[in-house]
Amino acid sequence: MAKKFLSGDEAFAEGVRLARPQVISAYPITPQTIVVEKLSEMVEDGSLKSEFIHVESEHSALSCAMGASSVGARAFTATSSQGLLYMAECLTYASGGRFPILMMNANRSTALPWNIYGDQRDSISLLDSGWIQAYAENAQEALDLALLGYYIAEKKEVSTPYMANLDGFVLTHTYEVVDVPTREQADAFLPPFETDNRLDLEHPRNLGFSAGPDYNTQFKMKEHAGLLKVREVVAEAEDRFAAIFGRQYTGLTESYRTEDADYILVTLGSIAGLVRETVDALRANGKKVGLLRLRYLRPFPNQEIASAAANTKALAVLEKDISFGNEGTVYTNVVSALHKAGIAIPTANYVGGLGGKNISAEDIRQIFEDLSQGQQGLHFVGTGGEAD
Amino acid sequence: MTEILWHGRGGQGAFTAARLLGAAYVAESDGFYALAFPSFGPERRGAPIRAFTKLSDSPVGDRSQVVRADYSIYLDDTLFTDAAFDELKENGKIILNTRRKVDDERVITLDGTAIAQEILHMPITNTIMLGAFAAVSGIVSAGAVEQAIQENMPEKLQIRNIAAVNAAIREVAG
Repeated sequence: MAKKFLSGDEAFAEGVRLARPQVISAYPITPQTIVVEKLSEMVEDGSLKSEFIHVESEHSALSCAMGASSVGARAFTATSSQGLLYMAECLTYASGGRFPILMMNANRSTALPWNIYGDQRDSISLLDSGWIQAYAENAQEALDLALLGYYIAEKKEVSTPYMANLDGFVLTHTYEVVDVPTREQADAFLPPFETDNRLDLEHPRNLGFSAGPDYNTQFKMKEHAGLLKVREVVAEAEDRFAAIFGRQYTGLTESYRTEDADYILVTLGSIAGLVRETVDALRANGKKVGLLRLRYLRPFPNQEIASAAANTKALAVLEKDISFGNEGTVYTNVVSALHKAGIAIPTANYVGGLGGKNISAEDIRQIFEDLSQGQQGLHFVGTGGEAD
Repeated sequence: MTEILWHGRGGQGAFTAARLLGAAYVAESDGFYALAFPSFGPERRGAPIRAFTKLSDSPVGDRSQVVRADYSIYLDDTLFTDAAFDELKENGKIILNTRRKVDDERVITLDGTAIAQEILHMPITNTIMLGAFAAVSGIVSAGAVEQAIQENMPEKLQIRNIAAVNAAIREVAG
């Protein structure tokens, strides 16, 4: 491995290079652009042998990736925000067609008001599109998700497209130290893509067909079953990954000091780093608090949440998302997990970081303090107009 | 954790300096970590910008902007006002590119633009101020800065910028 000082975007591009996609369909949008720029440089300098196709829109970017996948090629694309929304129509085609495409999404706010900064309303609004959704905390995990993503998505029993999410700017544009694996390590981890679900002149078949009321439910049940298989495949993939790269990930969630925690904060993405530091600071003052980081939103980690929250007094969810007219969607999902497990504790929902608003250590300390005072309901973080 | 706040104008390379510092620091030891990032937003030549470097011997989880710095570095003295002192931690220092003398023990000055004109033949002081930081703080070595330049700057810029760093280190030490 080589230690490098890279941004999240650059680290992800290194991961994609190591995964050797045969087709890259690219359409730039801030803050994703650096990923496709770096990949175009790698194709140009010969360090990545791939068809680099500069398409005319995000809708075309994913359509192109699907076309490539349908002839058995490993395909990559990337987008963000309005671009993701513009390709929304194609998301369900890719998942319903069971094409294991890897897509990197730079999490960015959605208009209006126009805003290029990070929040997670873009990807979370598409949770129901049938894709695996993973959220990286740092640039190292971003690089690793590129390799893990293909491995998981392409497993025959999964055969589902994979969206790797990186918080816009705070992760995509922040430089940090990253171990870049060697080509030999990457090849040892990730086998070439092989699938029967492809167009082949020797074995003619029809892909992407219609299914009326008679059979539609069966297709959707299989799609659901494919996503549910991800849990065990993630575990297997991460053990294999650890054996080769020496880094062990922890499945659909990461629990940090939750075992004896009275109060747990559930969150996702790059803000987890600050929550972890705040948990350590509060623990040093005798407060029994913990962090549960959701590494995946689909499949949703119902069991992991129930297990982490089994002995806690109260729990809050901090997310960069709001489903207008209800509450944060991550919160809705987490409360459902608790309910199904028969865990009846007070819960609160904190919506913050919208449009790139800073979330401070003080904000996080306040959430834990609120929880210890019996806080419930929905609360917005960062409503003051002060400069960050 | 050591927090560094970089002030410059768009085009002066403040973020490049922030990034080179992070790269130099993590090259010093496997146990060193850093974050480097600019103030995010539309990039405009000449507009005031900030960049940030955080250095630590453990992973840095806080990705928010530096509010109070251990070192606040000005590539352009037109950005330096009395408000600069509000952004310093206790015992924090300011490193200022200027021809002026500033009568305050917290402020270290050097005429980086003169060094830049002489060595780089252009008024770009980012690597010079990085060299000044290395000399003032002792946190990164000249060798680590040199390595960071070799690994992160275009080849045609490397030799002159390494010379500029060393000139700044001599200037501050002298």
